[in-house]
Amino acid sequence: MAAQSSDKQTANNPGSENNGIIGRLLLLVMVMFGFGFALVPLYDIFCDVTGLNGKTGDKVNFVTAPIVDESRLIKITFLASLNESMPWEFKPQQSFIEVHPGQPTTINYLAKNISSKSIVGNAVPSVVPGLAAAYFQKTECFCFTQQELKAGEEKIMPVTFIVDSQLSTDINEIALSYTFFISKKTTQDLANNNLSAKNL
Amino acid sequence: MNAVVEEHHDHDHKPTGLGRWLFSTNHKDIGTMYLWFSFTMFFIGGALALVIRAELFQPGLQIVEPEFFNQLTTLHGLIMVFGVIMPAFVGLANWQLPMMIGAPDMALPRMNNWSFWLLPGAFGLLLASLVMSLMGMGSAPNFGWTFYAPLSTTYGPDSTDYFIFSVHLMGISSVMGAINVIATIMNLRAPGMTYMKMPIFVWTWFITAYLLIAVMPVLAGVVTMMLTDRNFGTSFFDAAGGGDPVMFQHVFWFFGHPEVYIMILPAFGIISSIVPTFSRKPLFGYSSMVYATASIAFLSFIVWAHHMFTTGMPVAGELFFMYATMLIAIPTGVKVFNWISTMWRGALTFETPMLFAIAFIFLFTMGGFTGLMLCIVPADFQYHDTYFVVAHFHYVLVTGAAFSIMAAVYFWLPKWTGNMYDEKLGKLHFWLTCISANVLFFPMHFVGLAGMPRRIPDYALQFAEFNQIATVGAFVFGFSQLIFLYVVIKCVKGGEKATDKVWEGAHGLEFDLPSPAPFHSYTTPPEVK
Repeated sequence: MAAQSSDKQTANNPGSENNGIIGRLLLLVMVMFGFGFALVPLYDIFCDVTGLNGKTGDKVNFVTAPIVDESRLIKITFLASLNESMPWEFKPQQSFIEVHPGQPTTINYLAKNISSKSIVGNAVPSVVPGLAAAYFQKTECFCFTQQELKAGEEKIMPVTFIVDSQLSTDINEIALSYTFFISKKTTQDLANNNLSAKNL
Repeated sequence: MNAVVEEHHDHDHKPTGLGRWLFSTNHKDIGTMYLWFSFTMFFIGGALALVIRAELFQPGLQIVEPEFFNQLTTLHGLIMVFGVIMPAFVGLANWQLPMMIGAPDMALPRMNNWSFWLLPGAFGLLLASLVMSLMGMGSAPNFGWTFYAPLSTTYGPDSTDYFIFSVHLMGISSVMGAINVIATIMNLRAPGMTYMKMPIFVWTWFITAYLLIAVMPVLAGVVTMMLTDRNFGTSFFDAAGGGDPVMFQHVFWFFGHPEVYIMILPAFGIISSIVPTFSRKPLFGYSSMVYATASIAFLSFIVWAHHMFTTGMPVAGELFFMYATMLIAIPTGVKVFNWISTMWRGALTFETPMLFAIAFIFLFTMGGFTGLMLCIVPADFQYHDTYFVVAHFHYVLVTGAAFSIMAAVYFWLPKWTGNMYDEKLGKLHFWLTCISANVLFFPMHFVGLAGMPRRIPDYALQFAEFNQIATVGAFVFGFSQLIFLYVVIKCVKGGEKATDKVWEGAHGLEFDLPSPAPFHSYTTPPEVK
């Protein structure tokens, strides 16, 4: 303790100068702590604006029929995966299709709830290569809404898409992938409703 | 000036016993504690590394289970980064900054005490998880020192929460240390010492302190997100809840890349102090050194995604981060050429600190070159997560940062203790360390290029020879550090008296003070012309 008092005596600066610096630096600390959290929405915004991460856009409505480019064939590969907590079976009915750009195409996925209760799911699409995502337009898709499957229920899930003929000629193959996630909140609501219906 | 200081010498009030250390507000005592803490952690982290190398001596599983191997690599990394390199640099800053700028002590002595004493708590938590793991009470953190989600969130062991609080404490400690450094440098410089007259070690620490303040809160943020993801139902990094595991890597490396420079900029300052002393010439290109340090610090914020080239980034992003990373070679090259130019036609002598400094320049530059290889996107797809990366960052962190710390200890130890260290043993320590470090890390380049993945306890048969060579190097390296420990203890206990100037070519305010340096450095500020 004696050391402290002697430090005080020997320190040749008034405390106020230090306080100003400490205040400014602590503010910087707070700002950077906030910035860490701000990166979460900023990251999403950045991906939305630039379309860099293969996220496909929302539903597209064509006013006039798009031009079909019959000189090109694009191979579309279909992939399906499930989040680990999702007790469904989920697969495309065909593993790939070859289409002309501009030609509307419908293919089907097949989903089955293998659990013993109703489950609501959300499908999240992704396109590889990421640069093709902006040119892969869906007019109908099971991913636009939540999907409910009762215990043991099986359902055909169609998706209609058009590959924009503006797609770079470098790209001849596109992979479309869906991952089904359980919608915990909606599934829970469903279970509660069933429970209250039984009680009535 | 010495007379003035000596007059005050008798007035030192040193509490004795444990209280002197627990309640210390003295920059030298706190610096000493930081350095001993770092030294202790060096042996603990090193022991973990030796178990890793012993397991990798042969292909197949011999000594540890794969689950425990993961814990070893994780704790080795965390301890060496946060427990050894960073505290050692803070310890050196505590000892040297007030002496170098002509101040009596650090600007915020009580905060200084607190920032040190948080560290034993932080590492107590972290090591407690290892002790519990050894006692069969669940796993210690096992997700690598980069703790990528979801390995550390969805799949993390229970001890992950220990780890999170440990990182919080380390972060608070580092931020307080950094605030102290900045306040000291801004307020306590001797009259006449303008910013561009500060010793280069002071400059590098000034910039490092700003890096710490900018990124340690981001680290605190990311572990806080992990904490809420694990315990409070948020989904920052959980895709099932709308989060994104890749975002973890972005936020982590936004901290992680500046962190890399936090661990090397003070080393640049140390080398820039030692090379002129033993070349008996002033530092070549002082102002370019300052600007190079500042440019490296700035660039460190815009290169983070070069750690993530294989996450499926778009080509545009990969190109940006590749070119930005390559740019860092320019200011770093400026520094290397400045050191070489300082030695050019100097009257060189090769005492132990100079040997370590020259080894640093050569070996750190090799680590820098492998860094340039790694930043080339198409090449990185092959190198990613192989032993080539392990070789790269051990060249910059062991033969870079750790060598600079050893050089600094040999360089300033006579000033701290008043006694010369044993030069013969110092040189023996240097040669054993330098040769064994290369035997240890150089073969890793080859097995890495051939495709041996990092963090795996087993490997394909064709990697066996190189791994055996590396393990032999590791054990020689590890046990050579006992010589270092012995030299330091011997020097603290006594030896040939050091002069005030210590080294023939020494310059700087710290060498105007008597040896050993008085308890309070400059009670009357010196005049700097």
